[in-house]
Amino acid sequence: MVESRIKKHPILSIDETSKYVTFTFNGQELKAKSGEMISSALFAHGIHIFGHHNKDDSPQGMFCANGQCAQCLVIADGIPVKSCITPVAEGMKVKSLDGLPELLKDDEVVKSGGNVPIVDTQVLIIGGGPAGMSAAIELGKMGVQCIICDDKQVLGGKLSLQTHNFFGSMRDCFAGTRGMDIGDNLSVLVENEKIIDVWTNSPVAGVFADGLIGVVKDGRYNLIKPERTLVTTGAREKTLAFPGCDLPGVYGAGAFQTLVNRDLIKPTDKLFIVGGGNVGLIGAYHALQAGIDVIGIVEALPQCGGYKVHLDKIKRLGIPIYTSHTVLRAEGNDHLERITISKVDNKFRPIEETEAVFEADTLLIAVGLTPVDELRKQAEKFGLKTYAAGDADIIAEASAAIISGRMAAREILLDMGFEVEVPPEWEEMIDILRSRPGPVKGLHPIPKDKEIYPVIRCTQEIPCNPCTEVCVLQSIKIKEPTIMGRPQFEGNCLGCTRCISICPGLAITLVDKRYDDTKKTARVVIPWEMPEGTIRIGEEVTTTGMEGEVIGKAKVIGKKKSKWQNRRVLVSIEIPFKDANNVAGIRTKEPLVKKNVTAVKTAVNDDVIICRCERVTKKEIVDYIKKTGTKDINAVKAALRVGMGPCGGKTCTELVMRIFRELGIDLKDIEPPIDRPFTQEVPLKTFLRGDDTQ
Amino acid sequence: MTKRYDVIIIGAGSVGNPTAYFLSESGFKVLVIDELASSGQGQNKSAIGGVRATHSDPAKIQICLQSLDIFSGWMEKTGTNIGWKKGGYCFPVFREKEEKILKSILPIQKRHGLKIDWIDSDGIKEVVPGINEKELIGGTFSPNDGQVSPLLAAESFTNEAKKLGAQYQYHESVIDLLIDGNKGSLSVNGIKTTKGEYKADAVVNVAGAHASNICKTVGLDIPVNPDSHEAGITAPIEPFLDPLVVDIRPGAEGKTANFYFGQNLEGQIIFCYTPIKIFPGEDRRSTSEFMPIMARRMVELIPRFKNLTIRRLWRGLYPMTPDGVAVVGKPSGIEGLYLGIGTCGQGFMMGPGIGLNLASLITRGAPTIKREVFNLLSPDRDFYSKKKEALK
Repeated sequence: MVESRIKKHPILSIDETSKYVTFTFNGQELKAKSGEMISSALFAHGIHIFGHHNKDDSPQGMFCANGQCAQCLVIADGIPVKSCITPVAEGMKVKSLDGLPELLKDDEVVKSGGNVPIVDTQVLIIGGGPAGMSAAIELGKMGVQCIICDDKQVLGGKLSLQTHNFFGSMRDCFAGTRGMDIGDNLSVLVENEKIIDVWTNSPVAGVFADGLIGVVKDGRYNLIKPERTLVTTGAREKTLAFPGCDLPGVYGAGAFQTLVNRDLIKPTDKLFIVGGGNVGLIGAYHALQAGIDVIGIVEALPQCGGYKVHLDKIKRLGIPIYTSHTVLRAEGNDHLERITISKVDNKFRPIEETEAVFEADTLLIAVGLTPVDELRKQAEKFGLKTYAAGDADIIAEASAAIISGRMAAREILLDMGFEVEVPPEWEEMIDILRSRPGPVKGLHPIPKDKEIYPVIRCTQEIPCNPCTEVCVLQSIKIKEPTIMGRPQFEGNCLGCTRCISICPGLAITLVDKRYDDTKKTARVVIPWEMPEGTIRIGEEVTTTGMEGEVIGKAKVIGKKKSKWQNRRVLVSIEIPFKDANNVAGIRTKEPLVKKNVTAVKTAVNDDVIICRCERVTKKEIVDYIKKTGTKDINAVKAALRVGMGPCGGKTCTELVMRIFRELGIDLKDIEPPIDRPFTQEVPLKTFLRGDDTQ
Repeated sequence: MTKRYDVIIIGAGSVGNPTAYFLSESGFKVLVIDELASSGQGQNKSAIGGVRATHSDPAKIQICLQSLDIFSGWMEKTGTNIGWKKGGYCFPVFREKEEKILKSILPIQKRHGLKIDWIDSDGIKEVVPGINEKELIGGTFSPNDGQVSPLLAAESFTNEAKKLGAQYQYHESVIDLLIDGNKGSLSVNGIKTTKGEYKADAVVNVAGAHASNICKTVGLDIPVNPDSHEAGITAPIEPFLDPLVVDIRPGAEGKTANFYFGQNLEGQIIFCYTPIKIFPGEDRRSTSEFMPIMARRMVELIPRFKNLTIRRLWRGLYPMTPDGVAVVGKPSGIEGLYLGIGTCGQGFMMGPGIGLNLASLITRGAPTIKREVFNLLSPDRDFYSKKKEALK
């Protein structure tokens, strides 16, 4: 069997020396990388269906890849486990879960005595992402004893999945550095603070009324008694409900990034994306970097909401963007095979006869984020001294999370009586970093009298400044009062390529008119982050303008790893002199548009699964609300089991609220669901201590 | 204009909904008031859903036998699934002490119509697969007891009552009972709520943990004081456990008086223990103490439980009376007021039986079980004289 592993990647290093273990899936012998999660090992062998639901036999597979849902359940050595958070062990016997799992008839009496330890700490930080780590560093520096818990094997949170250079302020939040490198850097700083206790592989499962917090550390349940609790649990992805949204192959962009960027799995050949925000656009870029074809991106709004530089970058690589479109349905036999999209009117209603059908085996849902705040809400309700930072507080870029973590730490220090302040410039910076992108304003004038200069295609106000910081001659400046302004080149250029190397948007090219004395051709340097072998010296490539429009042909005359950014390649191309200012990018293969324009009218069940765990449909919910007139989400839960499954309503609650709204019920009249521990399921054996003391 | 009903029921919970159903079935015009947003959102949904007639108090036995009839026949009567599972109740026994207690009440139980027998350790191993055999003597098994989903039951009783004309109003709290007459010959003829006044010939107080305060508005002092118990539920597994199992031994950890669990129709194991030290009050927030203790007790009794996965925890209130027996009936000296309160954590299993009797009391002037047995639950009794019940 051909393994679906990524063999080359422009940014991530492929460890050729990985050790492999052998396991079986439904009796078939397979290899997994040592330490790899079961789900990724299965994906590596093209196995995407992990079982069938006990309620309706529907196929189950990957959804969150984050230990939060239970769609990826499999039976490992007789015990049901979430395959996305359970590493493969040598000789493990994995089986698909079809129906309910049987309780293993393991009647060996276990030592169960001993008490669960209670660990005191000054500050408990829940979540080791950018906000949590930044706060920990700040607190550690002041000698405050902290425990920082994270459910993953390493600190970093979602930073570990971000292979791209970050936007923001270079001085304040590491802009211009790749997210994963920021993660590594911050985690080293955390480890350096000896007073900080790092609990990785330690999901926090619940907050209790007595002020204690349950944490499953390395498979054993502990209770932490914090004086103060900082919740930096990040965000989870919103989802969309449409017919077929529950098919294996439809999942979140975060799950995709986990598979691709953490586990180096190639989960798909034909990828489609819903959502033109930064997450969707970056998802597309990451896919291309992994050698995965992106068939298209749909966005319901007339314009993509992500940064324009991201969008342009994707367009230059030939990815079609369908704005004012929505996904009507996903179809397939046990797994996604095709999707139907259609245009929408200004009220987001599908327009008839605008449908288009695409073959796709994977559909990423990237329609925004929502705070992971159930632990925060519980902690606040139970009267714990609770703080929040990062996406758990306000959804924004990771750069903002870094600053907000520091600010929360200062706030904690102040409350503890330390003489510190929250610098006003931090407050200003965080507002800037949280800003939505501003209007598109066009290019600054391109120099007419220079022989060598950068062309900065940064036409929208976004919070970003690395190009201005790295220019040796300080010729790139933002004249507006904040880093939201558009950078502008004025003065002289040495052609050092620092700006090209660092620009997170890959929006800068270098024009060198000295290349050809006859002025028939010019040399342009273009940043390139696609897999090795996609560009060869001497080859002819298609050139594109800023937004992907084809300009002409060019010859590749050089490529070298950027001196300033070791995983970005600077490609020199020779182009007609007249195109020098217009060429923004290159395309190495023709766009892949496989569209069946005659919509197939298939007999599909147009009902939509809202609660994936308990398989509750939209029709059932609508009928119940209409029949009873209820405004209590708890009544809907009780009657239909919506939100009663393993994820505890993390995915469906918002969808149910949306249904209430669609039925004309004011959301402020809705009785919200009651949060209870545990926020994620906990194996019973984790509570047992291995001794006989009573 | 003040609205008039035949009967007003205070509380859309375990007792209120069946009462509303049976009264509506008799053609009475019923209003149900609840302070929460929908039916069954108070203590009803905290119940773990076990329904047994395995008690030692004759009134409880008879009322719960009626509940069992109503729950088990519900599907046939209404076509609605309320998660009824006839799996019986099993009290496994490991020590002579518990053997004596259980065997001593078997005659009473049988006399009042309960199907229950003592079975030996092999019999217990059959009904409780995987039970720890060490020191297992035997136990009692009552095959006609069972389990119901409290969530679905509340929903269904409400729905059926509504179909028969009952009216439900939520987010509305009762402030006062409206009365005629003077002390000694009072007559309750309506209620005043946070939203208005309603008149009725009879008012039924089935307000669970808050019932006592409503009684006090007419000078009636019924000692009902809530304390709290915690409970939890696992992820579902293939059905393997028929009965609800009660281990009446106190725990070696010194915190648990007994514990019990069962597998519901969804396949989830639902569990609870009785704390030795009671937690008085209305706090319903989960504590960190519960699950570690519970986990120990569960695996000590059934070692294979170590591979379960815990999904959710909660805490519910037991409206307790000093003698551990519910208060059902009409208090003397007050006309028009009926009580179905102080159910001591057994409101869910007693609910349909209480509802049937209260409805009968209101519509026909007599309960459906024998008056002398029904009177054991009388609001007029001396709450402090009786010895506490053997099987709480």
